[in-house]
Amino acid sequence: MGGLQKKKYERGSATNYITRNKARKKLQLSLPDFRRLCILKGIYPHEPKHKKKVNKGSTAPRTFYLLKDIRFLLHEPIVGKFREYKVFVRKLKKAYGKTEWSSVERLKENKPAYKLDHIIKERYPSFIDALRDIDDALCMCFLFSTFARTGKCHVQTIQLCRRLTVEWMNYVIASRALKKVFISIKGIYYQAEAMGQLITWLVPYQFSHDHPTDVDYRVMATFTEFYTTLLGFINFRLYHSLNLLYPPKVSWTLKQSQMKLSALSASLARVVSTAEEDEAELDQFPVDGEDMANMEAREKEQKQEEAQKKLFEGLKFFLNREVPRESLAFLIRCFGGEVSWDKSVCIGSTYEVKDETITHQIVDRPNIDKQYINRYYIQPQWVYDCVNAKIILPVEDYFLGVTLPPHLSPFVEEKDGDYVPPEKLKIMALQRGEKPAHEQEDEEEEEEEDEEEEEEEEEDDNEEEGDDGEEAEEKNLKKMEEQRSQGKSLSVKVTAGKVKVENPARLEQEEKAEEKRLAIMMMKKKEKYLYDKIMFGKKRKVREANKLAAKRKAHDDAEKSKKKARK
Amino acid sequence: MEWYRDFPHIGYNLDGKKIYKPIRNKDELDDFLDKMDNPDYWRTVPDKQTGSDVVLSDEQVQLVNRLQRGQFGDANFNEYEPQVEFFSRDVMLHPVTNRPADKRSFIPSLIEKEKVSKLVHAIKMGWIKPRRVEDDSRGRYYDLWANEDSSILARHKMHLPAPKIPLPGHQESYNPPPEYLFTDEERALWEQQDPCDRKLPFVPRKFSSLRQVPAFSRFIHERFERCLDLYLCPRQRKMRVNVNPEDLIPKLPKPKDLQPFPTTQSLVYRGHSGLVRSISVSPSGQWLASGSDDGSVRFWEVCSSRCLKTVQVGGAVKSVAWNPNPSVCLLAVALDSVVLILSPSLADRQVVLSSERLLSAPQEADANEGAGPVTWSETEGEELNHGIRLKIQHPKAVQQVSWHAKGDYVASVMPDHSSNLQVLIHQLSRRRSQNPFRKNKGLVQCVSFHPVRPYFFVGTQRSVRIYNLVKQEMTKKLQANSKWISSMAVHPGGDHVICGSYDCRLSWFDLDLSTKPYKMLRHHKKAVRGVAYHRLYPLFASASDDGTVIVCHGTVYNDLLQNPLIVPVKVLRGHEITHDLGVLDVTFHPTQPWVFSSGADATIRLFT
Repeated sequence: MGGLQKKKYERGSATNYITRNKARKKLQLSLPDFRRLCILKGIYPHEPKHKKKVNKGSTAPRTFYLLKDIRFLLHEPIVGKFREYKVFVRKLKKAYGKTEWSSVERLKENKPAYKLDHIIKERYPSFIDALRDIDDALCMCFLFSTFARTGKCHVQTIQLCRRLTVEWMNYVIASRALKKVFISIKGIYYQAEAMGQLITWLVPYQFSHDHPTDVDYRVMATFTEFYTTLLGFINFRLYHSLNLLYPPKVSWTLKQSQMKLSALSASLARVVSTAEEDEAELDQFPVDGEDMANMEAREKEQKQEEAQKKLFEGLKFFLNREVPRESLAFLIRCFGGEVSWDKSVCIGSTYEVKDETITHQIVDRPNIDKQYINRYYIQPQWVYDCVNAKIILPVEDYFLGVTLPPHLSPFVEEKDGDYVPPEKLKIMALQRGEKPAHEQEDEEEEEEEDEEEEEEEEEDDNEEEGDDGEEAEEKNLKKMEEQRSQGKSLSVKVTAGKVKVENPARLEQEEKAEEKRLAIMMMKKKEKYLYDKIMFGKKRKVREANKLAAKRKAHDDAEKSKKKARK
Repeated sequence: MEWYRDFPHIGYNLDGKKIYKPIRNKDELDDFLDKMDNPDYWRTVPDKQTGSDVVLSDEQVQLVNRLQRGQFGDANFNEYEPQVEFFSRDVMLHPVTNRPADKRSFIPSLIEKEKVSKLVHAIKMGWIKPRRVEDDSRGRYYDLWANEDSSILARHKMHLPAPKIPLPGHQESYNPPPEYLFTDEERALWEQQDPCDRKLPFVPRKFSSLRQVPAFSRFIHERFERCLDLYLCPRQRKMRVNVNPEDLIPKLPKPKDLQPFPTTQSLVYRGHSGLVRSISVSPSGQWLASGSDDGSVRFWEVCSSRCLKTVQVGGAVKSVAWNPNPSVCLLAVALDSVVLILSPSLADRQVVLSSERLLSAPQEADANEGAGPVTWSETEGEELNHGIRLKIQHPKAVQQVSWHAKGDYVASVMPDHSSNLQVLIHQLSRRRSQNPFRKNKGLVQCVSFHPVRPYFFVGTQRSVRIYNLVKQEMTKKLQANSKWISSMAVHPGGDHVICGSYDCRLSWFDLDLSTKPYKMLRHHKKAVRGVAYHRLYPLFASASDDGTVIVCHGTVYNDLLQNPLIVPVKVLRGHEITHDLGVLDVTFHPTQPWVFSSGADATIRLFT
């Protein structure tokens, strides 16, 4: 007894969280300002473990912020700037209302502005942290750089995004960092490796956007504001890591629409030479036998990577006017190829169609009138597939008018048990250096796979078979009994019994399976639940893989029958 | 002049007479001829006022030319004459005007003073700021991470980075393999589903070439949603359970090492035509008795599966129980509201005689108990010939009979909610019956005697009560944690009890540990109908409606500190499920590791 009465919700988790409205009131900010602040400072709501406790017994849906986060925001200098801006807008309105043009001018000159440098430093204390978080920034900047001047955002923002993305692409070309690329229905995915970080970004197709009405562009603009600052600093650092000057000297005076290409076509001769110098060989350390294999594997991988970097070296490409020029030019330059296009399409072309040394011309139309005999006419997918396969693929499948092989995602890494499309197997065989001798081989492989699956199914059926045998015996017995009960004399006959051949391996397997089943019965309830869940997930995966395989088989069969019918 | 355009005159003279226009009858041809012939044609101008043509003189033509060129009309006018400075900076001897200076010209201006003071005040108060120096540091980048002080705050440790956008799979390709495209059903399903339920947020599509790929209409939406996720979505650290499912399976001793236990079905006893509710093995292990719904009790030879004897008792047999005493050969049979004591005379003479003696010994107690709820009667005639020796008539339907280990007492169960008369204990030697309980404590399902000590187990619907028969008090109440107990068996050591229940569970009680089950086994998929312990081997079995008998190895250690080890060793299948009933009763052979089971398919099976 004695002591003060403990009140509910005055300690523990209830005091660690704060609702959004309360946080807003504490910071004395309007909702848009609060939102902007959260975006810039990277403050996000937290999901408490016990929502009801935090919500003081209520179950109403609320978003909670950590109280510490909000206290942290209190010290942010930008909050002051927000308030200043609010006052500025008010003064400006007043001045306009009174038609005091001189004060309007004076106010406009003193428009409060803020910088985000310190926030970036605070959010990303080290460069690697920033680099790790750059995916979204790149996606957003690439999206904004494709916007037209529609009033959805400031023109300066669009131009800045355009500049930064071009700089980024320039860096990727200079460092030969591109790893993977994927043409999806959404846009083109690129993956590059910078300072050991895998960075993926998505570039939309070059079409004018159909601006949706249910999207709040202010939120996007705030994000972009932060991302452009971040990307600028990252670009600076990356350029300096390559001993390049930042910002790069590109003739920005050119028309905006042509900026990207002209920037890209600016020859990077000096850069390439430095890049080659960088390839200092790794020192060989004496290692134990165990690690040797590891080391060798790593070395092999490294060699492969080096080879990939020089994939298109020595090849000369010419882009027809209908292909996505920017993406292809970027790609080909990333892997050391030379590229040009028609002079009338865009500036920056370096050689003409008539050039005899061109090895590949990339065309995306069913046929072409005038063909040169000493070059391949291929469809653009070839370039993308080559990059993903890390080898120069045979061009036969990609000629004009040919039905293209499926374009596979390089980001999917199949584990054993997953479904692997046959095209991937083909590419893997090519990577291993095997010749794509005949298509029959592939078919055989497929069949093998199918057989394996069937075997698995059979195994499942095994138990039932055993029961079937017993049942049959029983039926026999019953029959005999019936006959006996009816008073008929049994035709007693002894036939030579068949020796039941027992497969010891199979028996052992069965025994093991039974043992496992019995052990599963003894599991605790909690563990059983978990186990069932895991097994359910596994089975679902298998089911999905089987479904895909079946679909593929049906499709192939249909194709075959169609072919036969045509013959 | 335009007023007179349509009239022949062009005005009036002082007398008011019309002045007529000069007669002009020149047509175009005359005009042309005039143009050709007249050298002064170019300087001839019609005078609108008089209507006559005027030939301009040379001076007049010159004037016109000058005006056209924008020059002064007067040819002699010099526009570049030197300026005469009337008002110069030189102080003249005589002023131009002799006006005295204004007062305001030498008094400081009040208005200006006011203005200045306003400005001064505004500057003082910080309302007016000096024009800002153009700050171009905005938008200029530098090496932000030049001095990496690695000041990792606690915030950064607490920070939960947003998960990256999942990388696209094959189905997102513009030219995916054909198996990733939707079939018609899949597409219909996709369209029916809510956007949040869909596995894929888009429909996979195939384009034959890159130039046919259109813009993705939801691109900005998806970016925006990602933005929303980044700043609005609550984040929580979740521990992913990353266990190998094989590790979850408990490590049990191999069933092989726990042999012997029944593994295969070796004999089937056929002959009954109704479902076999109860079976019992004689203490010698040579005979098997079974009671069925077809109203017969059959005696089988265990080894040969021959039916030696069939006794028609005239009612569905609920329970049969062989007297556990090896020196007598008696069988208790429960049907309807009668308990029959059968002497099947399936033993050697000595045993048969001793059982006869037991049945016929006392007669005097009969009179005392005449008023009780139970009437004992001896059978005669046909029934006697069949071996039915005694009939104990109960007031209600009897569900189960159970012998004491000594073989003199038999307990019968009459489940009934309403009265306290649910269990009766009969003494054979004195032909006496008694009701041990005064109070109704729930629906009694089954009873059992303790194999060695004077305890009595009563299984009610939810719990098992243990009574001390000597002290006549309840010693323990075991909570089965199940909805409805169906059967119960007591370990031959007497310290363990297993209970089967209709909610598929089997609970093992260790009487030394607690009143809660030591283990709950959920092996069966359907109601457990019967459980049994083996007398010698550490085995127990449970029979269930799913048609299986599960044999488990349950080692009980003499050491009190060591808990019993329970390992399921075999799932025995064989019985067919008829009318949703599978195996109804199970019992072990007294000496061999064999198990008998009786099922709803009218068979009894022996697993060895």
